[in-house]
Amino acid sequence: MNGDLKSRLGKIVHYKLFLPLFCLFLVLMVNVITTPDFFHVEIRNGVLYGRPVDIINRASELVILAVGMTLVVAASAGTDISVGAVMAVTAAVTTFFLSGGEISVNEYQFPLFPAILLGIGAGALCGAWNGFLVAKMRIQPMVATLILYTAGRGIAQLITKGQITYIRVDSYQYIGNFLPGVPIPTPVFISIAVVILVQLFVKKTAFGLFVESVGVNKEASKHVGLKSVMIIFATYVFCGVLSGIAGIVASSRIYSADANNIGLNLELDAILAVALGGNSLGGGRFSILGSIIGAYTIQALTTTLYAIGVSADQIPVYKAIVVVIIVSLQSPEFQRYVRKFRKKLEAKKAIGEVTA
Amino acid sequence: MNLLGKKKLNQNSFLLIVTIILFFAMYIFGCIVFRDLNFGRFQVFLNLMINNAALIVIACGMTIVMITGGIDISVGSFVALSCMMLANMMENQGVGAVQAVLIVLVTGVVFGIVQGFLVAYLNIQPFIVTLAGMFFARGMTAIISRDMIAIKNELFTSWAQFRIRFPFGGYVNRRGKVIDPYIYPTVVIALVILVITFIILRYSRFGRRFYAVGGSEQSSLLMGINIRRTRFIAYVISGFYCAIGGILFCLNTCSGFVEQAKGFEMDAIASAVIGGTLLTGGVGNVIGSFFGVLIKGTIETLINFPGVLSSWWVRIAIAALLAFFIILQSVLGSKKEKGARA
Amino acid sequence: MEENVVLHMEGIYKTFPGVKALQNVAFTLREGEIHALMGENGAGKSTLIKVLTGVYELDGGSIYLKGHGEIVNKSPQDAQDNGISTVYQEVCLCPNLSVSENIFMGREPRKGGFVDWKKMHEDSRKLLSSLDIDIDVTAAVENYSIAIQQMIAIARAVSTECKVLILDEPTSSLDDSEVEKLFSVMTNLKSKGVGIIFVTHFLEQVYQVCDRITVLRNGQLVGEYPIKDLPRVELVSKMLGKDLDDLAEIKNMRTTKPSEKVIIDADSVKSAKIKEFNINVHKGEVVGLAGLLGSGRSELVRAIYGADKANAGTVTCADKKVRSGNELESMKAGMAYLPEDRKKDGIIPDLSVRENMLIALQVKNGMFKLINKKNQEEFVDEYIKILQIKTASRETPIKSLSGGNQQKVILARWLLTNPEFIILDEPTRGIDIGTKTEIQKLILRFADEGKGVIFISSEIEEMLRTCSRMGIMRDGKKVGELSGEENLNVSSVMKAIAGGEK
Repeated sequence: MNGDLKSRLGKIVHYKLFLPLFCLFLVLMVNVITTPDFFHVEIRNGVLYGRPVDIINRASELVILAVGMTLVVAASAGTDISVGAVMAVTAAVTTFFLSGGEISVNEYQFPLFPAILLGIGAGALCGAWNGFLVAKMRIQPMVATLILYTAGRGIAQLITKGQITYIRVDSYQYIGNFLPGVPIPTPVFISIAVVILVQLFVKKTAFGLFVESVGVNKEASKHVGLKSVMIIFATYVFCGVLSGIAGIVASSRIYSADANNIGLNLELDAILAVALGGNSLGGGRFSILGSIIGAYTIQALTTTLYAIGVSADQIPVYKAIVVVIIVSLQSPEFQRYVRKFRKKLEAKKAIGEVTA
Repeated sequence: MNLLGKKKLNQNSFLLIVTIILFFAMYIFGCIVFRDLNFGRFQVFLNLMINNAALIVIACGMTIVMITGGIDISVGSFVALSCMMLANMMENQGVGAVQAVLIVLVTGVVFGIVQGFLVAYLNIQPFIVTLAGMFFARGMTAIISRDMIAIKNELFTSWAQFRIRFPFGGYVNRRGKVIDPYIYPTVVIALVILVITFIILRYSRFGRRFYAVGGSEQSSLLMGINIRRTRFIAYVISGFYCAIGGILFCLNTCSGFVEQAKGFEMDAIASAVIGGTLLTGGVGNVIGSFFGVLIKGTIETLINFPGVLSSWWVRIAIAALLAFFIILQSVLGSKKEKGARA
Repeated sequence: MEENVVLHMEGIYKTFPGVKALQNVAFTLREGEIHALMGENGAGKSTLIKVLTGVYELDGGSIYLKGHGEIVNKSPQDAQDNGISTVYQEVCLCPNLSVSENIFMGREPRKGGFVDWKKMHEDSRKLLSSLDIDIDVTAAVENYSIAIQQMIAIARAVSTECKVLILDEPTSSLDDSEVEKLFSVMTNLKSKGVGIIFVTHFLEQVYQVCDRITVLRNGQLVGEYPIKDLPRVELVSKMLGKDLDDLAEIKNMRTTKPSEKVIIDADSVKSAKIKEFNINVHKGEVVGLAGLLGSGRSELVRAIYGADKANAGTVTCADKKVRSGNELESMKAGMAYLPEDRKKDGIIPDLSVRENMLIALQVKNGMFKLINKKNQEEFVDEYIKILQIKTASRETPIKSLSGGNQQKVILARWLLTNPEFIILDEPTRGIDIGTKTEIQKLILRFADEGKGVIFISSEIEEMLRTCSRMGIMRDGKKVGELSGEENLNVSSVMKAIAGGEK
C-alpha cells in the first residue's frame, strides 16, 4: 500500500515537471542533431564560451521575470504584461542617476549601489501601481498592466530624454557580463541568487501557502482570515522588484539604457515560461522550479531560432503558436471535447463489434 | 421609485457625458492656446478625422468585444500585418489593389474566427488569446518583410489621394488662393461603419445579445441566448473591422513596415473606455467610443501641434487618461454595488 | 393518463459526480392547478426544475407535454419554445439592460427588421401595470430592488404564451403586498388553464394558493397529496422524514453541565440579510438553530462571525468586543466558523489535506511563523487519526476526498486553532450516517471541554441529541428560543418552525 502510494505520488510529481523537462529535452535534441558540437564549451580569454553557456547566461533576465510572473499568476489568475516596460524604466532610472543626466559618462556621477537601489525602487513602485489597480480597484490584471505596458517605455524615454544613456564604467558592466577573474557570467549568479532567495521566502514563510490559498479559493481564504487584497498586492510589488533586477542586468549587458529595446517582447516569454512550467494560468498551485525550466527552454528555443536564421522580430510568431497550443491543452473545455470524442469513438467501436 | 430610477440612469451615462464635455473642453482649449497656429481651422478638425479614421473602425470592433466582457489586444499588430500584406501583395506579388484588399478582409475574418473559437469555445482567457494573436501578427509582419515597403500601386494611391472637398469653411493661403477643406474617402468609410455598428448594436436583436451576454452570462443562458456563438461573433466582427481599419490605415500611410501602428491596441481600448464602455462588459456605445477616439486624437494634436514636446508624451497622456477612466469606472461600480446591497 | 394532465415526468434520474440528485422521480401537473413542490435543501427540487427546463441534461426518464408528446429540452430556449416558462430562484435578468429589454429579450418586437423600442416599452408598461407595478421601463434593471426585479422576471415569464409556469422560490424577496399581487396573477393564469409549479419554503403561502403538493426528500419522491389531505405539521414531517409520533429518545452523553459564564454574546446585531437579533452561548453549551432553509440560520451566524458585516449591534467573544466584518479578528478572539457551503466557502480544492487543515492556524500565527514541517505532520496525522479521516495521504488534494472526509478536514482546521466558540453550519449535510454520529459525538465533546457551540442542522433530531437550547428561526428572523427537557422534542420544535398549530 505504502509503496504503491509512493509510486503514484511519484508519478504525479513526475507528471508536473514532465512537460517542461520534455520540451527542454526536445529543443536541446534538435540542436544536438543540427549542430553536433552544440554542447562544446571552452575557455577563451579566461571566460567560459559556448552555446550552453550562452543560453544559461541569456536566460537570466527571463528566469528572474518568470519567478515574479509565477507569483502574480498564482495569486490573481492574471498576468503582468508590463514586466518588459518596467525593466526599461528601471534601467532608465538607474542610468539617469549614474550619469547625472548626461548622455554618456566615463565615471559615476552617483554611487553605484544607491543608484541600483533607486532603480529597483522604481520597479517596486511600478509593481505597487499595478497591484493597487488589480487588488484594490479590482481591475482585470491584464488591463491594469496594459497601462504600464504602453506608458512604461514612454516614461523611460522621458527619463533618458529620448537618448540612449551610456555608462562607460567597468564596474557597471560587471553585473551583466563577467566579474574580473570569474569565468562564469555574472547574470547567472544573480538569477540563481534571486531564485534561491524567493524560493526560501516562499517555502520558509507561509507566503507561498497564502498565495496558493487566495489563488484557489478567495472566499474560503477570507473565512480563515486571509486578506486577499494584501497578498495579491504583495505579489505585484514582488513582480515589480524582480522586473527591476532583470532590468538592471539587461542594462548592464549593454552598459546603457535603451528604452526602446530593453526587455522587448519579454512579457510573452515570461508568460510562456510560466505556462510551459506546468502552471495553470487560472491561478492557484504554482511551481517556481517549473517556471525556471520553462524559462531555460524558451531561451534555448530562442537561441536555436536565431541559429537557424530567424530574426528577433519574427520569433514571436513561433512563440505565439506555442502559447496557444499550451493554453488550449490546459483548457478544461478542450479536455471535455477530447473526452466526448473518445466516448464517441468507443461507442462506434462497440457498435462495430456488435454488428460484426 | 420612479425618480430614483431616472437619477441612477443618468449616472449610467455619466461617463459618456463626461467624455463629450471633455472633448469640447479640450478642443476649445486648443483653439485658444494655439490660436496663432490656426488650431481653430476647420481643416485641423478634419485632419483629426483623417488621421484617426482607422482607429474609429477598430474602436467600434473593440467596443463590441468589450461589451461581451472580452478584450482584443491583437488589433494594433493586425493593422501592421494588413498594411504589410497590402504593400507586399501589390508591390512584390503583382496582385491588383482590389484583390489585395479583399484578401486582407478575408484574412481579418479568419483571424477573428480563430481568436473567437479559442475564446468562446475553448474558454481561454481573451487576454491570453489576443496577446498571442498580437505577437503572432507582429511576427508575421516581420516574416513577410523586415524592410519598409512603400506602395506605388496607381489604383491604390489614387484611392488614397482622392480628396472630397467641402465648398465652405475654406481659408485663404499666403498666395491668396482659397483652399477648400477636404477629407479622404477613409473618413467616409469610417463614419459609415460607425453608423452601421451603431444601428446593429441598438436596433438589432442580434446586437442586443452582446449586451445581454456581457451583463450576465448565466441570465442570458436562461433567457435562451447562445452565449458561445454570441461571443464568437464578437471576435469575428472585431477581426473583420481590424482588417478594414488596416486598409484605412494603409491608405493613410501608403506603406507597410514592422513597427507600424504600435500601441494601437491601447488607443482602441482607451477610446472605448473613455467613451463609457465598461471593462466588466454589458455597457458601451460606439458613439462614446467615437468621442473617445476624438479625445485621443485631440491630445495627440495638442501635444504635437507646437512641435516641442516628445511624442512619448502622447503615449503617457493616453495611458494616464485610461488609468483615470478605469479607476473612475471601478469607483462608480463599487458605489453601485454598495447601493444595491443597502 | 388523465385527460387534463399538461405535464408528466416519470422515472427521472440525474446524477452529479458523487451525488445522486434525482432517483426515479415522477411528477404530474394538471391544467389550471397550482402545484407546490416541497422538500428540504438537497431534496432535488431545483435539479428537477433544471432538468425540466433544459438547463441540465437528464440521465434517465421521460417528460411528456400535452400536445407535444414526449419532449427533450436541450436548452432553456427549447423549453420556452415548448411553452414552459420559468422564474428562477436567483433573479435571472441582465442587470445592465432596461426593464423592457429584459422582458422581451430574444423576442423583441420589430418593425422593418429593427427593434421597435417604442412598442417594446409600451408593451412592457402595460404588462407591468397589470401587475400593479409602475416603474420606468427604460431604466436598467440594476436600479431596482430585488423584489421589483423578481416581479420583472415574473412579468417576463407570464408574457410568453405558456402552458406551464414554473416559479422557483419567487417570493423569498417579496413583501406581503407583492406576494398578494403575485398570487392574484397566479390565480388569474390558473383560471386560464395554465399549470403552475410553485416552489417555496413558506408553508403559509402553500396553504394559501396551492391545490396539490408533491414532496421530495434526498432526491426521491415521497408522494403527491391534495392540499386538504395534508395538514401542515404532517407536511413538515414528510419533508424532514420524521414521524411525529416517533418521539426520539434524547441520548445524553454529556458529562458536564454548561457553565454560567457567557462565551459569546451578540447584542441587537443585524446585517443586510438578517433582522435584528440577540443570542448568547455559555461556556460548555450547545445551542441549536432550527428553522427551514432560508429562514436566516446561516445569515445569523455569518453576522456573528463577521463573514457578513453587521451594521448594528455588538458581538462580544470571551469578554472581548469584536469588530464586525474582520474575520481575522473574530478568529483571533477565539471563534471558529464552519460554513454551510463546503465547496464555495470551506475547502480550498487544489491544496492538500495538510494545507487545508493547517491554513487557519497558520494565518492565526502570522505569515512569518511557519509551523515547522515536523509539527505540521504531527498535527495533521493526529487529526487524521482522531477524526478517522479517510485519505490516501496527508498530501492528497482535498478535492479528491469524499464530502464527509472533506468536512472532517475543515473541522480539524478549526480545532487546530483551539477555539473557545465554534459555529457549525450544517456540518452533517451530504454525509453518511456513520460520520454524522461521529460529528455529533464530537460536538458533545467540545462542550465537555468547555467550548461554546452553535449548531445548525436541517435534521431536528440531530440537534435534539446535542443541544440544550434552541433558537427558532422563521422568515429571516429569530422568533424565539426553546429550552428545557419538556420543550425539546420533535413535535414542539416542528410546531415552532411551522409557526404555531394551524
